[in-house]
Amino acid sequence: MSTSAVIPNEPSGDWQLPSKGIVGMVCLIIAEAAIFIIFVVAYIFYLGKSATGPIPRDVLELPIVTTICLLSSSFTVHAAVSALRHNNRKMCSIWLAATVLLGSIFLAGTAHEWYHLIYARGLTIRTNLFGTTFYSLVGLHASHVIIGLLMLSIALWFSLRGEMGEEHSEKLEVLSLYWHFVDAVWVIVFSVVYVFGR
Amino acid sequence: MATQTPITEVVDLTAPKPPKHLWLEVAHDWVTTVDHKKIGLMYMGFALFFLLVAGFQVLLIRIQLFVPNNDFVSPEVFNRLFTMHGTTMVFFVGMPLLFGLGNYLVPLMIGARDMAFPRLNAFSFWISAFGGILLYFSYIGSDGLYGAGSAPNVGWFAYAPLTSPAFSRGNSTDYWIIALLLTGIGTIGTSLNIVATTISMRCPGMKMSRLPLLVWLYLVTAFMVFIAVGPLTAAQIMLLFDRFLGSHFFDTQAGGSAVLWMHFFWIFGHPEVYILVLPAFGFANEIIPVFSRKAIFGYPAMVAATVGIGFISMSVWAHHMFTVGMGANANTFFVLATMAIAVPTGIKIFNWLATLWGGQIRFTVAMMFAIGFLFQFLIAGLTGIMLSSAPFDWQVHNTYFVVAHFHYVLVGAILFMIFSAFYYWYPKMSGRMLSERLGKWHFWLFLIGFHLTFDFMHIPGLLGMPRRIYTYEADRGWMIWNMIVSTGAFVQAVGVTIFVYNLIHSYFKGEIAGADPWDAWTLEWTTTSPPPAYNFAKIPSVGSRRPLWDLKHPEDPDSNYEFNDSTADEESYR
Repeated sequence: MSTSAVIPNEPSGDWQLPSKGIVGMVCLIIAEAAIFIIFVVAYIFYLGKSATGPIPRDVLELPIVTTICLLSSSFTVHAAVSALRHNNRKMCSIWLAATVLLGSIFLAGTAHEWYHLIYARGLTIRTNLFGTTFYSLVGLHASHVIIGLLMLSIALWFSLRGEMGEEHSEKLEVLSLYWHFVDAVWVIVFSVVYVFGR
Repeated sequence: MATQTPITEVVDLTAPKPPKHLWLEVAHDWVTTVDHKKIGLMYMGFALFFLLVAGFQVLLIRIQLFVPNNDFVSPEVFNRLFTMHGTTMVFFVGMPLLFGLGNYLVPLMIGARDMAFPRLNAFSFWISAFGGILLYFSYIGSDGLYGAGSAPNVGWFAYAPLTSPAFSRGNSTDYWIIALLLTGIGTIGTSLNIVATTISMRCPGMKMSRLPLLVWLYLVTAFMVFIAVGPLTAAQIMLLFDRFLGSHFFDTQAGGSAVLWMHFFWIFGHPEVYILVLPAFGFANEIIPVFSRKAIFGYPAMVAATVGIGFISMSVWAHHMFTVGMGANANTFFVLATMAIAVPTGIKIFNWLATLWGGQIRFTVAMMFAIGFLFQFLIAGLTGIMLSSAPFDWQVHNTYFVVAHFHYVLVGAILFMIFSAFYYWYPKMSGRMLSERLGKWHFWLFLIGFHLTFDFMHIPGLLGMPRRIYTYEADRGWMIWNMIVSTGAFVQAVGVTIFVYNLIHSYFKGEIAGADPWDAWTLEWTTTSPPPAYNFAKIPSVGSRRPLWDLKHPEDPDSNYEFNDSTADEESYR
């Protein structure tokens, strides 16, 4: 008796399917994108509808430097993944460290901006509709940056201890997809909040 | 029903384990499990429990409305009852029942040993379950500091500004928000798992064009969950900010918009209906062919119609808001989009009819429920077309006509198909058949009760009876209709009680099912009943949409008839 259901005309050749990690991360990104879209819609919907000041033009400044930092961290994380693919562990650590550094600069920039807005300009989440939508949209993005940084730091930790090798390159790639998503969201947030909405 | 073609080769390589006696051992086994079958069963058990709870709530509602000027429950209790009934039925009965069945069936049907992410699967279940427990904990926990609150009482769609801190004191609304947030996370996790499993865990030969239709429908459902539940989560976060941080998203005094909440909620809320109904279609796609002894009619059209429903359902949400005053252009768009969705749905109904046509139909209880589903879903769709027309909707908006319409979908279509699925797959899950005799009692009582309740519920709606009213005056002419509706509710309750008794009784006393009691064609029937923890000792490989047909009829396999370009094999499995 055979031990499985062998079926006539069964296929021959290799049977390869997409990586489940990447598929899973793409699904998560779709769901997260839906959440962000709603916050962006709320921001645009309430533009110029605040009952009181301050308004975006008065208080917002273009965060050029931190934006460049965050966007370039997409390249560094990509470099880390390709270094790991070639089993170049040292370069992988260096690129990961650069990514964490750039992400941290961005986060520090956001913290500084919020401090300035809250204490110098008196804009809080309760002040008006602009404050409500601004802090929740930028804060939602910043919280994603924090989660990404935590995971990248864990990866860096493993990399520095020499525990991450070529066989983990797909897992690092999954993480890098998340980080690319966080960067792509920032492009949207930056355009909506700081360019078109100002 | 005995297996006619005893060809299924079943292997269970599990070494017999000593039975577990201590209940703590058994409980530990269930709490720590990552097995998709056990998680699926826990989903279903959890959902059935809440089905009884929310069913009990609606019996109280129906007693209250049985006669005019009744004071069986107080108005405050009545508000909590309909809120909890709606919230529970949608989030803690419908979703977990469908995800439980999906969890159980999807890996088995595609020849996989488990879901793609077993631990995420367990996490998703437990966080959903925790959400349900939290929702009911509100009965004792939501007094808050004000001593003002009990269970949520803002309705299941919780329109602003009723949910603002000024109007909803205590913590009842907060429990509602957090319960839904948590179950939303669980829903997204399970959907992610279903997609990754379907894409990446198929057994050799299981090309996308050979997936069982049930798996296709779960795949589309899961994608809809990503796009629909995300907005709900976002809106709940905003509402939490409004209530706890003093932000102004839905605060009309600071310029916030109550209509925005409506949009955000229904961007979730309407796709949600299709998220619930698509798996039910999936059950029909498996059950109707098996009991018609024919392959499903129009497989590619079914897939295309499903994807079409998925797309169109994303652009119909504002048909819940025709009375808000969105303007003629927006109204027209949503009228047309809503009517357009009847086209792919109609394709499905015709395909099921064509599957029945000329078949050797076997009227098992599962098939009876499926046939009931077919006709009732048609009627539900027809009242849906009526309501999609804005001028008609203006007349009956928020009346019992609407309540009757969506219960026709949720009960007449979805719940009927869920019952059908239980009668069909219970033998696989438990190893024993459900009693057909009790099942027929369940079917007929539930059918009669259903039609008494929901056919007649349309009439007070047309007479102008608004939904959610606590009581009504005697001279309105609504009494006789409400009496019929309430009577039907109790007939249904008797039917459900028989069903629950059948589930428990058959588990111990039912006829031994064997691996393949229905002479079916999909891969789950190649395993023992219940399947071993690893499902398949050796991963099967398939050559057509009905692998078990091929196995039982090697002289005449389906693969001879299905489009099967072997040179394209390498490219097309994605």
